[in-house]
Amino acid sequence: MVDKISNTNDNLTIAGLSFKSRLLIGTGKYNSFKETRSAIDASQSEIVTVAIRRVNLGQSPDEPSLLDFIPPEQFTYLPNTAGCYSSDEAIRTLRLARELLDGHNLVKLEVLGDPDTLYPNVVETIKAAKILIKDGFDVMVYTSDDPIIAKQLEEIGCCAIMPLASLIGSGMGILNPWNLEIIIDKANVPVIVDAGVGTASDATIAMELGCDGILMNTAIALAHNPILMASAMRKAIESGREAFLAGRMDKKPYRASPSSPVKGLIK
Amino acid sequence: MKIHINGNIKEFKGIKTTPEELIIKLNLNGKRFAIERNGEIIPKKDFNKIYINDGDKIEIIGAVGGG
Repeated sequence: MVDKISNTNDNLTIAGLSFKSRLLIGTGKYNSFKETRSAIDASQSEIVTVAIRRVNLGQSPDEPSLLDFIPPEQFTYLPNTAGCYSSDEAIRTLRLARELLDGHNLVKLEVLGDPDTLYPNVVETIKAAKILIKDGFDVMVYTSDDPIIAKQLEEIGCCAIMPLASLIGSGMGILNPWNLEIIIDKANVPVIVDAGVGTASDATIAMELGCDGILMNTAIALAHNPILMASAMRKAIESGREAFLAGRMDKKPYRASPSSPVKGLIK
Repeated sequence: MKIHINGNIKEFKGIKTTPEELIIKLNLNGKRFAIERNGEIIPKKDFNKIYINDGDKIEIIGAVGGG
C-alpha cells in the first residue's frame, strides 16, 4: 500500500532496482561538469544518462572527466545509444558501455531514424532490443508514442517503455496525452516520458497522466538557471505523482458546485 | 607499426604492443575506458595478454555527457 501522505513507499522499480526519485536526467549540454553535478544534486535524481564516445586522445592526463564529478558508485548510470541510426551501431555501443562500466546491464536504447527530428526508427529499435535482451541487457527503450509499438517492446522484454512527449530537445511539452494514456493503460512495465518536456508544468502533466517517471536533459541544461530548474522539475514530478495518486475530482463542465455552505445565508 | 586509433593513424615503434602498453603511450593511464580491436571488445583482464598488431583498428571509448 502506497503511503499517499509521505510517499515513503512509492518507489520506482526498474529491472528489480528501486528508486526514490522518478526524475531521470541527462548529463549533456551543461556549461561545465560542476554545473552538471549541481543540477543533479538539486534534482535529487538517482539515474543519470551518459553517452558513449571516442576518448579524446590529445587530452592531458589530469584533465577531469564526467566520471570524476558523477561517480558511477553514487549514481545509477544509464548509458545511451544517442546518435546511433542502426541496430548494429546501437548494440556495439552498449556492449562497449557494459565493458566500460564493469558489467553494468541497465541501458537506454534509442535508434534514430532522422537527423532533423531525431524521431526513433522503431523497426531498428525492436531489432536491437531483441538482441540486447538475449545478450543479458536490461533495456529501457526510447520509442514513439505509438501504443502498439510500445506494447511490442514490452512483450519482447524491455524493462521500461520510454515514449517521446515531443521531439528530443524541442521543449514542446506533452503533445499527445491521449496516446500516452493508452500506453500507460496497457503497460505492465514502467512508462517513462523521454524527450519533449520544456518546463515544470509539462512534467506535472505527464505525471498526472500516470507516467512512472520522466527522463529529461535539455529542459534543465538549457534553462537560464539550470540548477533552479532542476529543483523545479523535482517538485513538479513529486507534485504530479501525488496528484495522480490522490485521484483528481470529476470534471463537471456545465454545472458549478459551491464550496461554501448554501444553508445559513444572511438574509 | 601503424595502428588506426579512433579513426586516426598513429605510428609506434616495434611490431606489436599490448593494450596496457598502448594506454601508457597515449597518456590515458588512470582513465576509465573500454577498448575494441577490429570490432571485438578486449576485456580488461586481457589488457596485458593480447597483442595489437600493425594495421589493427582500435577504438577507445569513454562516457561523456549525454541525454
